[in-house]
Parts: sequence; C-alpha cells; structure tokens
Amino acid sequence: MPSVCFYFQVHQPLRVRKYRIFDVGQDSSYFNDTSGTSLDNQAIINKVANKCYLPANATLLENIKNNPDFKISFSISGVALEQFEKYAPEVIDSFKALVDTGNVELLSETYYHSLASVYSPEEFVRQVVLHRKKIKDLFGVTPSVFRNTELIYSNEIAKMVEKMGYKGILAEGADHILEWRSPAFVYKPINTENIKLLLKHYRLSDDIAFRFSCRDWKDYPLTAPKFANWVSSHNGGGDTINLFMDYETFGEHQWEDTGIFEFLRHLPTEILKNPDNHFATPSEVLDRYEAKGELDVHNYVSWADTERDLSAWIGNDLQKEALDTVYALGQEIIHIDDPELIEDWSKLQTSDHFYYMCTKWWNDGDVHKYFSPYESPYEAFIAYMNVMQDLRLRLTDAQKKQEHNVSLNKMKPLRFSEV
Amino acid sequence: MSNSNLPSVLMFGWEFPPFNSGGLGVACEGLSKALSSGGVDLTFVLPFKIPISAPWCKFVFANESSELISDIEVMNLFSGYQSHSIYSELKKSGLPEAISGSLMSRVKAYAMKAPAIAKNNKHSIIHAHDWLTYPAAIAAKKVSGKPLVVHVHATEFDRSGSDNVNKNIYDIELEGFRQADAIVTVSDWTKKKVVSKYGIPAEKVKVVHNGIEFNNNAAIVEHNLDRLKKDGNKIVLFVGRITLQKGPDYFVDMAEKVLLHEPKTFFIISGSGDMETEMIRRVSSRGLSNRFIFCGFLRNAELAKVYKAADMFVMPSVSEPFGLVPLEAMISGVPVLISKESGVSEVISTALKSHFWDIDDMADKVVSVLRHKKFGNHLSTYGKEEVKTIHWHKAAQSLISLYNSLVVEPKYAFIPIYIRAA
Repeated sequence: MPSVCFYFQVHQPLRVRKYRIFDVGQDSSYFNDTSGTSLDNQAIINKVANKCYLPANATLLENIKNNPDFKISFSISGVALEQFEKYAPEVIDSFKALVDTGNVELLSETYYHSLASVYSPEEFVRQVVLHRKKIKDLFGVTPSVFRNTELIYSNEIAKMVEKMGYKGILAEGADHILEWRSPAFVYKPINTENIKLLLKHYRLSDDIAFRFSCRDWKDYPLTAPKFANWVSSHNGGGDTINLFMDYETFGEHQWEDTGIFEFLRHLPTEILKNPDNHFATPSEVLDRYEAKGELDVHNYVSWADTERDLSAWIGNDLQKEALDTVYALGQEIIHIDDPELIEDWSKLQTSDHFYYMCTKWWNDGDVHKYFSPYESPYEAFIAYMNVMQDLRLRLTDAQKKQEHNVSLNKMKPLRFSEV
Repeated sequence: MSNSNLPSVLMFGWEFPPFNSGGLGVACEGLSKALSSGGVDLTFVLPFKIPISAPWCKFVFANESSELISDIEVMNLFSGYQSHSIYSELKKSGLPEAISGSLMSRVKAYAMKAPAIAKNNKHSIIHAHDWLTYPAAIAAKKVSGKPLVVHVHATEFDRSGSDNVNKNIYDIELEGFRQADAIVTVSDWTKKKVVSKYGIPAEKVKVVHNGIEFNNNAAIVEHNLDRLKKDGNKIVLFVGRITLQKGPDYFVDMAEKVLLHEPKTFFIISGSGDMETEMIRRVSSRGLSNRFIFCGFLRNAELAKVYKAADMFVMPSVSEPFGLVPLEAMISGVPVLISKESGVSEVISTALKSHFWDIDDMADKVVSVLRHKKFGNHLSTYGKEEVKTIHWHKAAQSLISLYNSLVVEPKYAFIPIYIRAA
C-alpha cells in the first residue's frame, strides 16, 4: 500500500569569482568568472545541463509516457532558474514539458536557496514570495508544499511556513528527531494546525544518491528490481516512502556510465509490478494520509553530513563572520531603492557560499571529499569578504544619493513672485 | 617488533645543532632523535669534532685527532649552506687540510676517513644527508657493502637557482643518487627535481616529510614592537636568508600593495644574506623605509619574541625543498602564507598558499588576514593544533620501513632459476 514519493532538488549557486581587494570599489561584478573552470557559472550550467538535467528530464518524460501513474516532484531554486533562462533555456522547456503532463508537482523554496529561515524571518518571507511568483510566471502553477534550503527544519520554521498558507513541509527523517518512529508516515509539527510534515527516508534515498556506484557497498550493484523489492518490503509498515535527493545525482554525482539512467528508466515499471505500490506527489500524500503523530523539533535539522545539523554552513568562525556580515548589511540594504544592489545582496545569501568555507574535513587532509570550486575554505572566505566590502561601499553611495534626493524634495521650489 | 630486528644505521651528517648554519642540522637532530626512540641503533658521523649533547645516539667524528676549536671557527667550517660563501676559502693556518681547505677539499677529506669508520662501526644501513656527505657514504658502502640511503634536503638547483648550478656539486649529487639503493627527499617538490633534473627513476625516490618538535612559545613581545602594536599597527614577518631562493624581492613588492590598503602595517625582515643591501635599497627607493624593519639574523630566543609580535608570517620562497620556518611561526600561533613552490605546503592545510610570483594574490591574502580578526584567529588556533601532528616520529616510522625493505630484500640476492643464458 505504500506511496512512493519522489522529490528532486535542482539547484546551482552563483559562485563568486576570485574577487580581490583591488576590485573593491572598482568592479562590482561578482559572479562573472569566464575561466571555464569550476568558478565559471555559465560553463557549469552548460556542463550539468548536458550531463544531468536534459538527459534526466528526457528519461522522466519517457517514464511518464510509459507509465501514466508515475509521479514526481521538483524544487528548483530561483538562482538555478535564472541561470537556465540565461544560459540553457532548453532546460526550462524540458521542465515545462514535465510539468505539463500533470504528473509533476513543483515545490516552494527560498528564491536564493538561502539560510534566511535561520537569520531573518522577513527576508525568508520575501524570498519565498519571490520564488512562488517565479514558478507561477514560468510554469503557470502555484506550489502548496514547501521545502527549505538543504531540508533545514525546526518547529519555528514549520510555523512560519504554516502562516504562509502551505499545507505541507519536507524535512530529513533523521534518527534523532524520529527516535523509535518511522519516516514512512505523515506527521504534524508541534503547535501547528494546518500543516503536515513529510520525512525523507534517508536509507533508501541515500542508497540511490550516495551508494549507487559504491563498489565497497554490500548491495552493489543496485538494480531497479532490487530497489523495488526493498520498497515493497515496507508494505503494511508504512504509508509513504519519501525518496528525497539532489537531482544532480543523475549524471553529475553518479555518472552515466554507472548505469544510473538505466536504473531510473526501469524503476517505475519495477515498482509498479507489485500492485500494492503506487506513486504519489507530496500534495497527494498529504491529502491521502492522516498525521500519525506530532513531532517536536526544537533544534535545527538538515539533510547534510552525518551530523544532520547546520554545521556545514554555520560551523566555524569564518562562516559565522560571513553570515553575520551579509545579514547585518541587509538591514540597511533592504531600505534602499536600488534593485541591483538588493539583487546582488540576495545572491550572496545562497547557502553554498558558506558551505565552501566549511573546515570540518579540511584538517583531515581528506581534501578530495571536500566539494568546492575553491582551492581552500580560506579562498572562499577571502573572495566573499572582499565582495562584502564592495557591497558596503555601494550601500554607502546609495544612502548618500537617497539622502540627497530627499533633501532636494524637501527644498521648497522658489517662486518667481518671491524673488 | 623487537629492537633486535631493527636495522643499525651508520648516518653521515655535516652539521649538528647548535653548530648549524641551516635547516640540515635541525633536520638531522630531529630525525636522529626520533629514529633512536623508535628503536634504531644509530651511529652519527660528523666531519669534525664538536661538543654536542645529544644523548640519544653515538657520535663519531671523522677528524678525531684535531683539538676542539672555538665556536666561531666551528661555525665557519659549516658554511656549506651559505650560498655567498661556498667558494670562499677559509684561511686558517696551523689546521690540518681537512679543516682549513676549501669546501670541496673538506668534502674529500671526509670521504677519506669514511672507510675506517665503516670498518669500526657495525651497521646494516648507511644513510647520508645531502651532497656534502655523499662521497663519504659511497666510500663507506664500498667497504661494508651495506645498502645506502641518500637523503635530499636540497638540490643544487634549490641552492643556486637554475642558471648558476655548480657542475662539481651536481656531479657529486648525481653519483650519490646512482650509488644509492634508495633516495629519500623531504618533499614531493624535491622528488620531482631529482627525477626531472637528474634523470632518476621515480620508483627509486621516497618522500619523507620533515617534522618539527612542538615547544610552546612563551616569549614576551619586545617593548618597542609592543608599542607599535598598541598604536594599532599590524606586523607582517619574513624570516629566512635574504637570498634569491627565499624571494625577499617578492615580499617587498607584496608589501607595497598591502600598504595601499592597510597603511598601518610594518614589515619585519629577519635574516641576512647576499641580497640584503639590494633589498634595503629597493625598500627605500619605493619610499617604504619607514614601514620596514631589517633586524638581521636572529637566533632562537630573539626570534621567538618577534614571532609573538607578528600578525602574519609570509614565506614567498621561489624554491623551498621543505621549509621549517612557517611551522615555527605556526607553533607561535602566527597565521602563515607560504608559496606553493615549497615542500611544507604539501603537509599543512591550515595555511594560506600562493605562487611566489603572484604578488596580487599574496597581498590580497595578507590584507584579508589583517582586516578580519576572526580569520587570523581561526588560522592561529587551528594552525597551532595542526602543527602538533607534523611530528618527527612520522618521518622516523617511514624511514624505518624503508630500512627494513632494503635489509630484507638485498638487491640481486635472489636470481630466478629460469633465467639462463641463451
């Protein structure tokens, strides 16, 4: 009887170029590296579009045609959508084709894939509204389920999201919040009335996202029939198997030659071979099942690392310094009538900027595990903080201009008769 | 493993603290101590008799007959690592040739004493440090037939720059590499040089990074520097010989750029060398004299005080086989920026790294540390932790396994029976 509920995350940050102290006050373009390397945003969009988004979307569209009951959901960050529009519009078209089948649900998130939910409730709301509008403009739909950056979740976040009218929110099915409970049921966030919680089945999700091509894994190689069996074994033990993962799993994290696309192609048929199984979107799962219990999540939980907390973004002093700086600037920037300044500031809130400054694994010498376009966390910090200084200069200039305009308006125009 | 299974090593060195002119002596001290505590039976050979208090191993002096000489004279003898004096002859009358002759003749004299030393001291491995000792070690190998390990702390290319290579020294190095059963280099950076410049197969070369002994720096900042700091000035430090190899000119160029953004910065240069006058002139011609302090060559206690005052340490070396100095700075909690053209950059991650020629990148990094207190604190705290892990015991373990592989499998000892002449 379990529903199989897929959610794929689509996101690409705007990586900050090697922005030096000499650039401050001289050049305010931060995201325009054209080196063709790992900091070149356009090159990355083109690469990942060809390796992942386009072939994976084609596979899913074919799956829907072959199995009209196959359903999935996506959350696509605003910064990713903008880059697709600019550099690879065919990716937007391929997502449109999927949404138009009616089998694909789109979720809400913060436009800039930010940590605003942790740092600024006002900014959080602003970005969610921006994203909702973007989705409506591009795809003609309005999401009713919310997923936060990196599945960051807490009681407080659930309340904010409920207030914005969403009927559901996604979170990591971390052991320490579930304790003896199963992620295969719908829950209710504590002290809420109208919102329900969907939890990631991390074991089955990570089997695909992380372990698929791992030769040391006892279950290697993972095949569609094998995975379908694992899903079916949950019959009677749960309502929904929530498979949440990065969309880049297909073709980018797991390369095509691992067989990941073949796996994806055969999975729906294999899962539907058992007549008790079916696919559902997050909205359908929420509508179909009652909450099995209340979950009290006082501390932030996320889907990152084994810690499943915020330490990948807010773990060291460099990250805290950078985050404090960007949100402190925001208190003033947001009152300035300068759309470009606000936009750049917003793009600098993307969580990836802070992830690149993470030093958790840095001292272990295991730098290969470390996924970052920068040579070191320090390079990421230096470039980012230089940009902050430029942003501060722009803010000061804009403030002066605004004051000047205000004082001009205050001045009484001289009348000829008064001369 | 019991000690009786460990090899006994006859080690040829050239200098030893406190009578050392450079990093070679420091490395020999650290290594010999760690090897001995790892259970290796070590006999350390030096060319001249000097008073040493290193209780962990036995010392043999090639020139036992000579009387103990004064400290200053001893210092002059070990001038092999001061590039400006390699060819300068020591004119000391009344001393035997082994002491008074040119560097090259001292190297040869050392080699002539080596066979007797090899006969009189039981060993299963010969280990030699840098070219000055290779002729002695090769002579010892001819007598005992034991496997030879040559240890490369620097090549002639590092000491002299690529255009100024001394052919005689190069030849001695090459002969040492050929005669050796295994070559050890202090970094991958140096290994690549041994392979590319001397045509040695990479399989013959093993990288064993240096270590450092962690001694907390409890020095107190000198009054004058303390006042500068209390007035809100920052201090950026250069420590090393003022020679082409160490990149002092890049340091000055970088300083000029840093001052554009952080004018309240002082740059301290500790060291001496053949480019010193040129550097002082360069600094004054740029109008930076009031921002630079040249304090000459500083020894341990004085240097410790300067480390304590520094906000940032920069090593812009053009070519650095290893580079112990940044580790000293890290022990004192100073954030470090090191050139990527250094061996030490292979072993530390809590450091900023630039190419020595990338002035903009270096200036950018220095300004960032000076400007963001939390950044400096982060590098300081975690750098201090990391440097504790760069221990000589690691190097000793690596050498012991190399010794064992050489002793257990003597070359050509086993010839498969199916190989027959046609």
